[in-house]
Amino acid sequence: MSITISTDSNDYEFSRKIEEISGEPFRKCMQCGTCSGVCPVEAVVEITPRKLIHLATLGLREAAMSVNMSWMCVSCHACEVRCPRGLEVPRIIEAVRQVQLRTNSDSIDVAAISSETLKDAPQIAMVSSFRKHTA
Amino acid sequence: MKIGYYPGCTLKTKARNLEQSAIEAMSLLGYELEELERWNCCGAVYSLADDDLVHLLAPVRDLIRAKDAGYDKLVVLCSMCYNTLARANNLMRDDKVKRKTLNDFMEEESDYVGEVEVVHLLSFLRDEIGWDKVREAVKQPLDDIKLAPYYGCTLTRPRDVSVDGNVNPQIFREFVEALGAMYIEWDEVESCCGSYQVLSNPEAAKETVTNIIGSAQGSGADAMILSCPLCDYNLGKRQGDLVGGDGEDQLPVFYFTQLFALALGLLPESCKFELNPEASNQWLEEKRLVAVPA
Repeated sequence: MSITISTDSNDYEFSRKIEEISGEPFRKCMQCGTCSGVCPVEAVVEITPRKLIHLATLGLREAAMSVNMSWMCVSCHACEVRCPRGLEVPRIIEAVRQVQLRTNSDSIDVAAISSETLKDAPQIAMVSSFRKHTA
Repeated sequence: MKIGYYPGCTLKTKARNLEQSAIEAMSLLGYELEELERWNCCGAVYSLADDDLVHLLAPVRDLIRAKDAGYDKLVVLCSMCYNTLARANNLMRDDKVKRKTLNDFMEEESDYVGEVEVVHLLSFLRDEIGWDKVREAVKQPLDDIKLAPYYGCTLTRPRDVSVDGNVNPQIFREFVEALGAMYIEWDEVESCCGSYQVLSNPEAAKETVTNIIGSAQGSGADAMILSCPLCDYNLGKRQGDLVGGDGEDQLPVFYFTQLFALALGLLPESCKFELNPEASNQWLEEKRLVAVPA
């Protein structure tokens, strides 16, 4: 993925918002990529957690919001327990997710989930999915 | 002895095999899991947004119910409920500002400062009963059965709610050995199963479940045990369509309490195995852990 960085494209209000919602000083990230190496959904994400943090640091709102990383993250905390900078990475990813959800837009179409799946799946699957993916 | 118990939503429907086997096994050991008179859904996931307090109301109300009922400990079986309740409890204990906001908002409730200890059943077995007593209570040791216990995410992460302080957790190994079974070392013991992504992005769960099942089978496990109904759904009930292969190729999956109950000599009826996948039931018959139908 190629991104253009200029004084016009950097939205530092977005960076500030991510820091406010996450409560994490994510500029401490030194881009080591440990989080990406242990991410269980690494095979299906368009960019890795490391890159998402980089985009948030640069204030590249559109680039961060248009990829599926924040929606695929399952908050498993595998990255957090290994982060050499002590960052709670899932909180940073949650903040990116929240920026979209707080515009009252969902990331999944609940009606598209098959009735068979909804009948068989445990309640905690539904509650957690809807908490993470719907406004 | 009565102990406070929070079941959570799934244990009343899809995971009755987790609840009933635990209640009957604990009863045999002399402990009555006494369900809270009033409880609500814990929210299933802990809120990670720093400014989101509203989603803490549900788990904190459950903790207030436990405190008002006079319990100093609240035992939980479901891994996700355990994680959500324990983290909410830590916040109420440690964060004075957010605690005050939440207590002020729930003015009809008694103030709560994290007095109740949230305990997963595995920790209760280790810390309150002890593995020696568990071992003594075993009537039908699971000799020669190779078990791969699976922690998943929520029993051990974040570290402040881990049921085991070790980086390489041992509590399930101790449990398996107390039942007389063989503990299998394997790689994906704390890997994520894909969790709720199975609903909307099953390709994510296919990747994670395939890795986890392959690792356990490659390490020589006869069966997997776990304590999370969502892990059980992904790794057990959905194993066939996510990993592929027919019944013989599938790894049997059980709640840890089901094999616990069997080892204590309880009848299979106590374990509600009919809620487990067919491959798991066939394996029980092959191993003569349940009577083979005539």
